[in-house]
Amino acid sequence: MGPLVGLLAGVLFALGLAISGMTDGNNIVAFLDIAGAWDPRLALVMVGAIGAHAAMMPILRRRSRPRFTSEYLDPRPGKIDARLWIGAGLFGVGWGVAGLCPGPVLVMLPSAAPPVLAFTGAMIAGMWIYDRWNARTAGAPLSLE
Amino acid sequence: MGYSGASDGGLSIILALTGGLLIGCAANLIEWAFGQTTGVSGITASMLNRSKSSWHGFFLLGLLGTGVVLALFFPEMVVATRGRSIAAMAVAGIFVGVGVRMGGGCTSGHGVCGISRRRPRSFLATPIFIAVGMLTVTAIRMLMPGGQL
Repeated sequence: MGPLVGLLAGVLFALGLAISGMTDGNNIVAFLDIAGAWDPRLALVMVGAIGAHAAMMPILRRRSRPRFTSEYLDPRPGKIDARLWIGAGLFGVGWGVAGLCPGPVLVMLPSAAPPVLAFTGAMIAGMWIYDRWNARTAGAPLSLE
Repeated sequence: MGYSGASDGGLSIILALTGGLLIGCAANLIEWAFGQTTGVSGITASMLNRSKSSWHGFFLLGLLGTGVVLALFFPEMVVATRGRSIAAMAVAGIFVGVGVRMGGGCTSGHGVCGISRRRPRSFLATPIFIAVGMLTVTAIRMLMPGGQL
């Protein structure tokens, strides 16, 4: 049952991106184009998503444990350090250039458009390289966050 | 569909909010079922790092499978960004791949889940990547008048 729920969540997530226009990279660039023809829809997507999720979190947490696992896995509190804001900055640059981020790009991948393929391959490479470098220098287990 | 920034009144607003609700519902479903966040960058990375989590692979399958249906039957909904060379997309991909791992999340991980859970790191990261994204697009607009990168 668990795997099916995971699959359903992926489908819902993808449908949410598609119907809101977020599987069109140009719409993302338009949201970031505050000096130009601004498209506010990404903000509305986030308002809808945060609204739905934040409202349900306290209700969901009333249960003593999740349905298929033994405990709630909150991400480690984590430091607010240079990696956080440098990482966010790097992500912002790439996002601004491509209009793509991990969620939408995986939904767009089957379209096999060359820019999407190039971005996705490079993104996976970047993730892989960073995680390997991070594990080696920090000596810490690879984070799931 | 494929609005390209043109607003057709209330419909696109409603669709945007509804799409967001669906994404929030997906995150709620994952929280109910597995007690974990729905950050696509983290889920993708865990597959690369060969995690044993049962639901990650199926979640990605849901994203990709829906993408297959869209590509086959609703191709107008899936549009690659215009005015960007393959090289630019590749460089952007490296920045995003490194950035989401270094920063610990992306729009779904920090923007949706982190903010919904009131995590300080996400309240910092999300405005940063949005602001930097906006600066980047504005810089491209100013430096590349043709809009081609």
